[in-house]
This record gives sequence, structure tokens and C-alpha cells, in this order.
Amino acid sequence: MSIDKDTVTGIAKLARIRLEEAQADALVGELNNILSWVEQLGELDTEGVAPMTSVVERKLPLREDKVTDGGYPEKILANAPEAADPFFTVPKVVE
Amino acid sequence: MSTLTDLTLAEARDALAKGELSSKELTEAHIAAVEQVRPLNAFITETPERAMEMAERADQRRASGEAGVLEGIPLAIKDLFCTEGVLTTAGSHILDGFTPTYESTVTANLWRAGGVLLGKTNLDEFAMGSSNMTSYHGPVESPWKRRGDNRKLVPGGSSGGSATAVSARCALGATGTDTGGSIRQPASFTGIVGFKPTYGRCSRWGVVAFASSLDQPGPMTRTVRDSAIMLRGMAGYDPKDSTSVDLPVPNYEAALTGDLRGLKVGVPKEYRVDDMPQEIEDLWKAGIDWLKAAGVEIKEISLPHTKYALPTYYIVAPAEASSNLARYDGVRYGLRVEGEGDLTSMYEATRGEGFGQEVKRRVMIGTYVLSAGYYDAYYNKARRVRTLIAGDFKGAFAEVDLILTPTAPSEAFAEGEKMDDPIAMYLNDVFTVPSSLAGLPAISVPTGLSANGLPLGLQLIGRAFDEETVFRVGAVLEEASGFDALPAWLAERC
Repeated sequence: MSIDKDTVTGIAKLARIRLEEAQADALVGELNNILSWVEQLGELDTEGVAPMTSVVERKLPLREDKVTDGGYPEKILANAPEAADPFFTVPKVVE
Repeated sequence: MSTLTDLTLAEARDALAKGELSSKELTEAHIAAVEQVRPLNAFITETPERAMEMAERADQRRASGEAGVLEGIPLAIKDLFCTEGVLTTAGSHILDGFTPTYESTVTANLWRAGGVLLGKTNLDEFAMGSSNMTSYHGPVESPWKRRGDNRKLVPGGSSGGSATAVSARCALGATGTDTGGSIRQPASFTGIVGFKPTYGRCSRWGVVAFASSLDQPGPMTRTVRDSAIMLRGMAGYDPKDSTSVDLPVPNYEAALTGDLRGLKVGVPKEYRVDDMPQEIEDLWKAGIDWLKAAGVEIKEISLPHTKYALPTYYIVAPAEASSNLARYDGVRYGLRVEGEGDLTSMYEATRGEGFGQEVKRRVMIGTYVLSAGYYDAYYNKARRVRTLIAGDFKGAFAEVDLILTPTAPSEAFAEGEKMDDPIAMYLNDVFTVPSSLAGLPAISVPTGLSANGLPLGLQLIGRAFDEETVFRVGAVLEEASGFDALPAWLAERC
């Protein structure tokens, strides 16, 4: 599997990361190297092997379905780059 | 001349208990050492006022007979743990100014046990790195130097600031986090003890997430005993982390009996990698001899999928990172870069400017391996191989109680070395990643010096939740090796 610059630009779009031209060029080689290195896993026959979901063998705990936390919007907003109490604000999405 | 900063954590604890020393005196000495060590860039934030307040309260609690297991002990905290009211950066530009309104469970446990916060230590950005060169706040320098060579060395990573703080004796202990070796490799590079507990032993709640199925907090200290004491103060069940395990926390220090009779330790043949330096091979042999002399039976074992651990890790960890780091969007905390006035360009501009090169690389890899059409070929394949790797260990632990390996395939390298090739950097973790993928407890113990005069560590890997055997055998290795070398930073001051 070989990655070209269009693929890198496409991944960056999916990851919502703006890349400088030079960065995108460098990433073509870097990502190709890393991906061709990890592709050695293809040598292994994993037919019938279950994908790992958890390293610790135990059931996920359940708790009662009720609200146990919250009610402090000022704390939640304390680190927002921009807020209009009691909301986070973002650039206009709907005209 | 001996000073208060030369005490180990255990010695300081005992002196405090006997009333020979106050936490105020001990903390003052460490605050001064933190100031002295500034040229090494180990700390992103120092908290001397908070430290003195906490020390004072510790002395009061002790006077009223309520001392915890770490009462009055000055500690450094990796800047990946959220600390209420104290800047928390994860070593990233994108968390500029982030001051949590809550405290991570592990640090809350430490403060409840009486610990004193000296400051927040530098790290590779989002804990992604093995050199501490990827921090937005600049590289950390190791207190060690090669003999006759003045070049700056890396302390390893990602917990490089914590490693330097402990090695340069400005904190009695420090927290680290280990995803693929981020506690053990820097411990090996700086001549200290680093302990990665079983996955689930310490809560991840309030620790900035990198790869959630692998991340695990642990102690970094000068001695094995100190790590045993500190882990007791960190560990414990936490309902806020669904992967935290509800098991009692033993008194790990009580496990340090020195009695290894009847134990079987495995030596995996697959860890004899090509071009491993002879001195590391020799140290490994020495470790085998020390354990034999202590009555341990050594067995050669096989962990057949070892060579696939790193490629597996470099699919699983970036995949989880790409999901975890989706939250840095310029809306809720940290940096915001406006872009062209619309929401998507704000996201892209914020993340383009806020993430460093290594983080971008990993988020991109993770996004790719999780994307439609590649998910099965990469991500699911890696998860299947991870099952095989964990199975290797399960098989081995049917035969042996513990596994002995080197911690890292090299001594510390100089700043700037290995920076051009990401895969060369990733190979630093070749011996630590397999046990991370299997979630097992492991320790790095400083046991020797290279020909260049730099520390080298040996690693012990134990069964899940059997931290006690790891500590017990680690302490014997430590004692047998007689490691007592000082970093150049301290030797020059003696």
C-alpha cells in the first residue's frame, strides 16, 4: 500500500489538521515508511484469533442509570477560549 | 556532604516519623533544588507556594497523629495529570493556559496520603516520544553526561522531566505514565527505578489520554523500596475509570523480603535482538547470575510474537490517540486559532498550529488505519496480533513467575540523535512495548554503567496484579548490582 500526497491531504482533512505544503510533502515519505513497516503483521496467520478488546479479563461494571455529577457550568466553561455564559461559542454555522 | 535532598523517600519518611525532620524543612530543601535544576528544563510549572502550604498542613497532620503513607514527602507530577488550579499542558501548545477545575484520581490519592506538590514535569507532547524532544516547552536535558563528552543527553521519554527531577535529586519521587515504555525507558536512561503497574491498578481518570487501552500511571523513584511506598499512595479502585480494577491495594513494601527461594524467572530468547550492544548483553547475563545466586531458577522461555509487538503498537496506539485527541478542537479549552471564519477552518487551523510534528504524524496514522476500507487490514489485524502477544505471556507465566530482560536496547543518546527517522526512535521501546500490550506490571532497575559511564537498566515483567513479586525480585537485583553511580549534575556538586 503506497500513500501519495492526495491521500495525505485527504487524511489531514479527516483529522481536521491543517498542513503546510512542506509538512504534507514530508509526511508522504514518513507515513509510507511507517505503514510499510507495520505491514509485516501480514506475515502472521490470525485466522480465528479474536481481536483484543481488553487486556484485563473482567466484565465492565454497571451502575444505576442516574445523574451523579454536574450542575457547575462555570467550571465547565472556565477554560473555554470563548464563551457566552452558559455556552461555548463557535463561529457561525447556520446563516 | 550529605543534604536533605540526598535522602531516599524511605529515609525521609522514617526521619519525619521519628520527628528528626519536618516536612517544611524537607520541602524547602527540595524547592531550592528545583530552582537549581532549572537549566535542565525538567519542570514546566513550579509550585513552591503550594508546596510550602501542603508541607505545613502535613506537619500539622503528623502532630495530630494522622500521618498518611507519604505524609510530608515532596513529589513531582508529570504534566499529564490534571491538577486543580495548576496549569496542565501535556507538553502541547494546544493546551495553552489549561487550568483544570478538577484533580486526577492518582494525584488526589497522593495528596490524601500526605504528598507535597513541587511542580509539574516536562514530557514529550501528549506523552508521544522516547527522548523528551517533542515537548512544546522544549527538551529536557539529562543530568548525566558521557565520560569526557560534554554533549547534552536526552533523559528518555515520555516521562523525561520526571526522570530528570528524580535523578538530579530535586524530588523524592515523581509520577510517570507508561503507554509503551514511557516510565521504564527514561528510568533506564537516568539511573533510577521506574515501575509500570498492571493496567487497571492506577486510575486513568484525570490523566490526559494518549492510548486508553495502554496508558498506566506509575512511580519513578531512586530505589525499589521508594517505588513500593509511592505506588501504595497512588493505586486504588476508582469508579470514575471503568477499567480500574476493584482489588485491595497491598502494602508493597512488605513484599521486600529478599527471599527469592523457589521462584522461577524466564529469559526470553526473542529479546536477543540484532545489534544489541555487548554491554547490555553482559548486564543481562549479570542479572541472571545475581538471581541465580539468590536461589532463583532461571529458565529460557519463548515469546514467539515479540518481533510483531512494535508494529502492533504503532497501529493500536496511534488509532486510540487519533480518537482521544479529537477533543482538542479550539472550543472547550486551550488554544483557538480562528482560521477563515468558519467552524471547520477554525478546527483545522487550531489543530494545525496546536499539534507538533510527532503528534500530527501519529494522529494521521491513526486516522488512516481507522478509516473505511483499512480498518480491518490494519486496526483489527493489530488487535488480533495483540491477542497473540498477550497469549505468549500467558503461556510463559505457566512456566515461570517473572521475566527478566534489558529495559532498553541502548544507553541514553544525545539531543538531536535519532531525530530524522521515526522508526529508529520507536525501536527504543522494543523491550517495553510487549508487556504494555499485555497490560502486565514491569519495573526498570538501574543495575550498571555503560563504557561511556551512562546508566543501564534491567526490566522485570510479572503476572497481572502480582506487583509484589516484581518489587521483591527488583529489590534483590538492585542490591546485588550495588549501583550507586551519580549523574554528572550531582557529582560536580559534591
